[in-house]
Amino acid sequence: MLNKVVPSLEEAVAGIPDGATLLIGGFGASGVPTELLQALLAAGARELTVVNNNAGNGEPGLSQLIRAGRVRKVICSYARSSNPRKPNAEAFAEWYAAGRIELEVVPQGTLAERLRAAGAGIGPFFTPTAYGTRLAEGKETRVIDGRGYVLEQPLHGDVAFVKAHLGDGWGNLTYRYAGRNFGPVMCMAARLAVAQVDRVVGVGGIAPEAVMTPGIFVQRVVERPNEPA
Amino acid sequence: MNLPKLSRERLAQIVAGDIAPGSYVNLGIGMPTLVADCLPPERGVILHSENGILGMTRLPEGEPVDVDVINATKEPVALLPGASITDHVVSFSMMRGGHLDLTVLGAFQVSQAGDLANWDTGSPDSIPAVGGAMDLAAGARRVLAMMQHVDRDGAPKIVPECTYPLTGRGVVDRIYTDLAVIDVTAQGLVVRAMVQGLDRAALQAATAVPLIFDPACGALRP
Repeated sequence: MLNKVVPSLEEAVAGIPDGATLLIGGFGASGVPTELLQALLAAGARELTVVNNNAGNGEPGLSQLIRAGRVRKVICSYARSSNPRKPNAEAFAEWYAAGRIELEVVPQGTLAERLRAAGAGIGPFFTPTAYGTRLAEGKETRVIDGRGYVLEQPLHGDVAFVKAHLGDGWGNLTYRYAGRNFGPVMCMAARLAVAQVDRVVGVGGIAPEAVMTPGIFVQRVVERPNEPA
Repeated sequence: MNLPKLSRERLAQIVAGDIAPGSYVNLGIGMPTLVADCLPPERGVILHSENGILGMTRLPEGEPVDVDVINATKEPVALLPGASITDHVVSFSMMRGGHLDLTVLGAFQVSQAGDLANWDTGSPDSIPAVGGAMDLAAGARRVLAMMQHVDRDGAPKIVPECTYPLTGRGVVDRIYTDLAVIDVTAQGLVVRAMVQGLDRAALQAATAVPLIFDPACGALRP
């Protein structure tokens, strides 16, 4: 009987090597797999390349990995803290200013599409986003039918961490509201997709048409109930 | 020089007044978020957010906050009846695939050719952060820039060529400022309306590009 549910966070993050490219779901505080990140901190992988929309979401999670010196490079669309009065990416800002961490800025839609290309077996693709800007420097560009395009590369992950709402033994997932964000595409783009879910349900407990990420894209599921607010 | 000008709230009303019912709209961070307050649900304008929400409105005072129902600025919002939520790939397909009728974006500078600079000051100690700005600039059917006419030092923000890093080339269709509404056209920048009590010479003096005045140029009540 296929069962992708693992009993502990420790087992959920087992075997992630140094140098891995890690895709992390989340947008703002929504859909962030904080507990998986903390388990990875304990497991000790180093020299990570992290792909995330933001460069941190407060101190728990990614910021802890950065402060522990585990992250070599961040690929993201918005590395600045969104609100200077409630900074969410201070650890990144300090390490970046000190020249201790690399940053690759990618327009948010290009980030999603590069992940999709990786997950869907598509090679490099042309997009008009960023044509004529600094973010196109060093990339092949082409004018097709009068419109300028930038050639972008698929972005594969070794591992994806996502936060979902329900998960079952086959790896099927649902997400709460906009907590979905990068979750589905990151599961597709990684060889090992690990989902922390609010609740594990029995196989068949999610209606087929309600499945948001089919289990074929997910390798491990771990239950991590939300702390009561 | 003390010019008559529009408040940010009045400017937001003017922008909102030009948005047709039934439009699908994404409002950028900063001043454009004020436009949302002038688009109550009964106006029938459907607001989109990068994180996959289509059909949102301001969270009513006293309503509980849900961490998974937020806008692109990460502020809590409310979902309207008829709202939908998708993942990032589909959400950005709405933006990049030309499905949004328009976007309103803040701007550091707009050039006479409609180049937009709004994502980075280029300052060496700032962290470059683009978010979805380049996707919106390239993908929305109409791009409206909304900004102060001049910067804090009084320097024009409508310029022959942007000196800040570009967000997109030739993407802006119309500029809304606290002084005027200006269309970017093949012939040049055409003033469609200006704030009441402002004279043409003063507007031209605050603009680093020659302006063309629409014969039907209207007056904006402050």
